[in-house]
Amino acid sequence: MADLVKLTIDGIPVEAAPGSLLIEVARRIGKEIPAFCYYDGFSQVAACRMCLVEIEGIPKLMTACTQPVGEGMVVRTETPKLAEARKGTLEFLLTNHPLDCPVCDKGGECELQDMVFRYGASESRYVEIKHHHDEQQWSPVVYFDPARCILCYRCVRVCSEGMGVNALGVVQRGAYAEIAPNHTDHLECDECGACIDICPVGALTSDTYRYQTRPWEMNHVGTICTHCSNGCKTTLGVRNDQIIRGNNRDRSGINGEFLCVKGRYAFDFNESEERLTTPMIRKGGKLEPASWSDAVRFVAGKLKQLKEAGRQIGVVGSGRVTNEESYYLQKFARQVLGTNSIDHERSGDVVTLLDALAGRANALATVDDLYRAKAVLVIGSDLAHQHPLLHWQIRANWRHHAAHTYSVTAGPVREDQHTVAAIRAAEGAEMNALEQLRDKLSAESELAIVFGDSVKGEAVRQLVSFGDSLGIPVKYVCLVDYVNSRGAMDMGIIPELLPGYQSAAAAGLPVGLTLPQMLANEHLGALWVVNADPLRNTRLAAKEAFVIVQDLFLTATAQQADVLLPSASLYEKLGTVTNVCGEVQRLTKAAQTMGAKADLEIIGLIAKELGMASQMGPWITDKVFAEMQQVVAGYNVPLPVIATGGAAQTLPPAVKIGVETDPALIRSARDTQFTSGTLGSYSKKLDSLLESPGSLYQGENVLALATQ
Amino acid sequence: MTLPQELEQKFSEIIGKYPPEYKKSALVPLLLYSQDALGKITPELVNEVARRVGVFPLQVEEVLTYYSMLHFPKPMGKYHVQICTNVSCQLTGGPELWELACKRLGLGHKEVSADGLISLEEVECIGACSWAPAIQINYDFHHFVTPEKLDELLDNLRQLQ
Ligand code: SF4
Ligand code: SF4
Ligand code: SF4
Ligand code: FES
Repeated sequence: MADLVKLTIDGIPVEAAPGSLLIEVARRIGKEIPAFCYYDGFSQVAACRMCLVEIEGIPKLMTACTQPVGEGMVVRTETPKLAEARKGTLEFLLTNHPLDCPVCDKGGECELQDMVFRYGASESRYVEIKHHHDEQQWSPVVYFDPARCILCYRCVRVCSEGMGVNALGVVQRGAYAEIAPNHTDHLECDECGACIDICPVGALTSDTYRYQTRPWEMNHVGTICTHCSNGCKTTLGVRNDQIIRGNNRDRSGINGEFLCVKGRYAFDFNESEERLTTPMIRKGGKLEPASWSDAVRFVAGKLKQLKEAGRQIGVVGSGRVTNEESYYLQKFARQVLGTNSIDHERSGDVVTLLDALAGRANALATVDDLYRAKAVLVIGSDLAHQHPLLHWQIRANWRHHAAHTYSVTAGPVREDQHTVAAIRAAEGAEMNALEQLRDKLSAESELAIVFGDSVKGEAVRQLVSFGDSLGIPVKYVCLVDYVNSRGAMDMGIIPELLPGYQSAAAAGLPVGLTLPQMLANEHLGALWVVNADPLRNTRLAAKEAFVIVQDLFLTATAQQADVLLPSASLYEKLGTVTNVCGEVQRLTKAAQTMGAKADLEIIGLIAKELGMASQMGPWITDKVFAEMQQVVAGYNVPLPVIATGGAAQTLPPAVKIGVETDPALIRSARDTQFTSGTLGSYSKKLDSLLESPGSLYQGENVLALATQ
Repeated sequence: MTLPQELEQKFSEIIGKYPPEYKKSALVPLLLYSQDALGKITPELVNEVARRVGVFPLQVEEVLTYYSMLHFPKPMGKYHVQICTNVSCQLTGGPELWELACKRLGLGHKEVSADGLISLEEVECIGACSWAPAIQINYDFHHFVTPEKLDELLDNLRQLQ
């Protein structure tokens, strides 16, 4: 590394790498230089002139956001001259500003308001009539109030550089310049809301939050997004048990500030009037409300009776519930109900990958690795739609570190904007196509490989041998669908494996039915479904089977229940979830729905009713987690890391799993950024966006950008 | 969009002048030539130009609305009269010329005569301060313009048809 440059900022001696920007170096020592247009991670435009500083020996004031540090530089960031200059800049910014803070969403957390307050630019010498343009609605999510805009270009850059969508631009010039959407009067875009969050003022606002509340009236609860498997941290703004806002401006979590439309806006299902709040028992063919104690007693009685009669009981878990719940559920199924017929909708071949990588350290990529690896290969997924955070990370890696990206996909993907090589290969044919990249990939110094559900079974082993044959360090990510799809696998929600990838057969358990087998088995005595919707397009062959369903909504499966138990959402629970990269993160309870219970508690209550409470252990998340740390290989993760909002990655098992799973059982739901399985259909916000470009491999926004 | 053959040729010629990785630089000349050849810039043309130089249509719109010599989305007249009222011209009679032109033509800022022949625009500095007040009609500059000279110029336009 080149020698550090020595300089002083406000009298404090500092050392910094050559080329670092003054504004960043000052920030590091706690000097916050005002800035509207500068935003770390994006290109510099030096458009606002707020970041002016004095540098000894240079007569003019300099913009700290573009000024690299220099040896011996003497910098001052707060002087009367600077205050005067900043005040002047603010006076200009306010010439056409409506000053409607009392009704503006941003009031209380507005950067312009803060600066005007700090520099006292409350009076203006301008008496001319202000330009005004009425507020416009650009999409079901995005509103624009041109009068409030200070033309900092943050929104334009986050959309083009960050997202790769390029939906925003600046039209006209001078005092008439205005932000414009890509389709004259409306937006066709990812609807991610990044532009809204990054806007320093209240010019861009969201349909969800506008005119709802004030920032200081909410509790801000950091938890994990309940939708896809990427596991973004989302900070929910909650008032009176109602979630009003989702963002992650504090940059805690693996996603920094990133969230896709689902993390930012699709929390509305939580308040849906369709939420189930009372247990129901089928009486005379109709579901009738019942008390919790009656419902639990009824379920326990039935389960006991069926078990004693030696009937098959099938249990369906989910990628939507916590690790603790999955662990507890399989323990209950296997130890109390004595059934090994437990499964969930499998969306990626994690088992084969972990088997192939058994005993290796550093073989699984983290979300952060995708931002740092020198090269990334994407196989069989349209990441921008299916795994938005991973797409963001890879793109940022290309932007900041010039990482090489390769893709082998069935159609155009957004990575094509910057890939070194994009190969089109039909699903299932990716492995053959991969050979064409061998030379280029072996020339890389390291590689992260991300693969979708079309690479499964033998193909996963082929992929790992291909990786091994490159002679460079390779890390893998096996894509799965939902927030805890990976955790469901880890916790043994499949008949072949116990928690921690231990063979069920080797442990002496009987062969259990897989999910399709349960549904097709005419002799099934009971089906217990926890937060899943397996009957959405299949019929249960066992017409007489007793069906227990725990869910938030009256899904297709729930409609066929004999007992329906309303469960709490992930935003109303404690516990941990494991993301697509095997990173364990902890939830915080943000809200509460009267009448609904966490799935862990529901299972616990049934166990208690059966007199099995002591065998099952307490249904307290921390207690269950402590047991998991002992029992589930890989889950002995450091508690302080996850307790403080961090992510801890689990390792592949130390020895080969040695159990074959049927690749035919693996099928991703292929959600786009505007769908989220059955849960997504209860989000009005997502519903309103269904007409947005949503199909995979359309390559919208892809174009051969001239090399820059 | 298929372009008239002549314009197509011009496009290849202009784009050919730039190294392929900088073909974006051809944007302004392409738009200027298209505007002259086709009389107006349509949304289809915007898409076509965007595709050819490898940018998004919105980025073409940014450029189109930035430059006063490019007219989008509303086309201007066959003769586009631009009167500068920026500082130098303001001090030397620009605003008077502007008012005169408005009255004579019965047009306001960015308005076009019913027959599409003449349009009027009040512009910022056109870089002719040394010869203020200055006006620009299409690509021609006129310096030290007096009210009489303006009258004459506008008369000529009518005759030119
Ligand atoms: S919502 Fe997202 S994709 Fe749409 S314009 Fe804003 S930043 Fe771009
Ligand atoms: S809309 Fe907001 S983010 Fe975009 S330029 Fe205006 S002030 Fe900046
Ligand atoms: S990328 Fe996935 S985890 Fe992140 S906000 Fe979107 S749906 Fe949620
Ligand atoms: S932050 Fe430096 S000019 Fe805007």
